[in-house]
Amino acid sequence: MSACLDISGLSAVLPNGQRVLRSVSLSVQSGEVRALVGESGAGKTMIGKAVLGVLPSSVRIVEGDIRLEGEDLGRLQPKARRTLIGARTALIPQDPLTALNPSRRIGSQMTDRLVRILGWSGERADTRIRQLLDEVQIRDPDRVLKSYPHELSGGMRQRVLIAAAFAAEPRLIVADEPTTALDVTVQKQILRLIVQLQREHGTAILFVTHDLGVVAKISQKVSVLYAGKVVEEAETAALFAAPQHPYTRALMAATPRYTDPFASLKPVDEAVLAGLAAEIAVADQAWRRPHG
Amino acid sequence: MDEGRAPRRRVSPRLWLAGGWLLLALLAAIFAPLVAPQDPLAQDLMLERLPPFWMSGAEPGYWLGTDSLGRDLLSRLIFGGRIAFVVAFAASIAACLVGSTLGLISGYFGGWADRVISRVVDVWMAFPPVLFAILLVAVLGTGLSSVIIAIAVIDWTRFCRVIRAETMGQSRMDYVENARIAGYGRIGIMLREVLPNVVPSIVALLSLEMGIAVIVEAILSFVNLSISTDDPTWGGIIAEGRLSIHQAWWVLVFPLITLILTVLSFSQFGEALKTRFDPVLR
Ligand SMILES: Nc1ncnc2c1ncn2[C@@H]1O[C@H](COP(=O)(O)OP(=O)(O)OP(=O)(O)O)[C@@H](O)[C@H]1O
Ligand SMILES: [Mg+2]
Repeated sequence: MSACLDISGLSAVLPNGQRVLRSVSLSVQSGEVRALVGESGAGKTMIGKAVLGVLPSSVRIVEGDIRLEGEDLGRLQPKARRTLIGARTALIPQDPLTALNPSRRIGSQMTDRLVRILGWSGERADTRIRQLLDEVQIRDPDRVLKSYPHELSGGMRQRVLIAAAFAAEPRLIVADEPTTALDVTVQKQILRLIVQLQREHGTAILFVTHDLGVVAKISQKVSVLYAGKVVEEAETAALFAAPQHPYTRALMAATPRYTDPFASLKPVDEAVLAGLAAEIAVADQAWRRPHG
Repeated sequence: MDEGRAPRRRVSPRLWLAGGWLLLALLAAIFAPLVAPQDPLAQDLMLERLPPFWMSGAEPGYWLGTDSLGRDLLSRLIFGGRIAFVVAFAASIAACLVGSTLGLISGYFGGWADRVISRVVDVWMAFPPVLFAILLVAVLGTGLSSVIIAIAVIDWTRFCRVIRAETMGQSRMDYVENARIAGYGRIGIMLREVLPNVVPSIVALLSLEMGIAVIVEAILSFVNLSISTDDPTWGGIIAEGRLSIHQAWWVLVFPLITLILTVLSFSQFGEALKTRFDPVLR
């Protein structure tokens, strides 16, 4: 197995000099699902955006590199980088409403990319899209293709986005909390679909979530992120069997269990947080020395 | 699967009323020589200050009465509509093209382009518009084209501001980011993804602007700065009517009603069109 995505030592800063990513290293092998967990504000979305080349203009990468199937994105010309990212990656976003253009019909949005960017014929694109809609179990493709986004339910929109993400056979998909905006019953269906398509298509997925329950269900490997720093990385089974970092253990204790929903949840321990703060201070100091 | 299509809403009465009036006025203006009952310039001192048709002393064929020179008011209003509509269309389309383009660029690209454009708009809007118009026409000289240029030069900022704000909002949406990930170019995204979402607002503003152009043209005519005084204009008729308000109120009241109806219709029509153009509201 070769690395589909390989991030090494990636640091990014805000204009005020604060680091939002702290020497992040993580890799996703071809065809595997790597979960990226962490609490809100940890920088999960930032990592996804860095990979997809859409970081906000205020965030600057100051060191480290991102390799997509061996190509160092930082060394490519912007145009070549865009082409590479467009051809090899896709995003399944968090909010399926704003991720679709409200004034364009689903069908034209889905085929447009295949036709305009990848140069497919209209007919081939249409066949492909219908095949994908079938794979995400949309039973009335004609109606859906003719609809505007607001005419579909949240679950349907997310199915459409999953179909769109897989349509061009990307090597890597970044899924950024793809089920957070949906209600619980729909969440399960959507997760199942993502896993199913991922297996059939052999696509690597960087799966961003803050839900350890989801991690256990879908991923083979996990990276735990705290304040822009990877604090633990492991095979999923190993992580759940024997979490090494105190923060990971605290996170597990803070996750509700379906088997025992009324057990009291423990918020992350003060001592653990203090430990993390110290760890980050040390890392920042080590980083600041060469960077002034 | 889990929900049907929303039933399409029926055309609203305000779209009908506003559109109906505008269509009537526009057709009358286009076919003025055919529909006007009299020659709008023909003076006849025997027929001066005839009252409208329902009052005693009215003459058949002079439905809305005559002015102090015996010219038929209805015919003058119909011919005045020609200038009003030409100015309305030409000036607002010019203002819309300039303003919307700059607004789109400013809102989508941000950065220095946005700073420069926004600065210019702020300075521009600091001038009182009517004074600005009078000044411009005084400099450019009177005439149809100067009026059109003056209105466009003043009012592009209205488009620029609104379209900039709308574009900024749209540009932050995830679908724009998705398009960038997929590999679309910046200009392509602006035109194909963002522009369709601001079109409803452009349409509404355009219609509103037509109403505003009608008023500004009337004001310029009123202060005698518009077209040559021979051709009837709504503002010109209002200016004359003001002088004979006590002897012939109708010369003031009918052009005012025409003006107000037209301006209101333009703004209502724009709002109604906006909802029709917007797939979410429709
Ligand atoms: N456009 C931006 N400019 C500057 N800072 C930002 C911007 N967007 C996010 N941040 C900051 O970067 C950090 C990481 O944010 P990010 O969105 O990656 O978190 P996240 O882990 O995805 O959280 P969530 O679970 O809430 O989505 C946060 O501290 C946030 O305040
Ligand atoms: Mg996020």
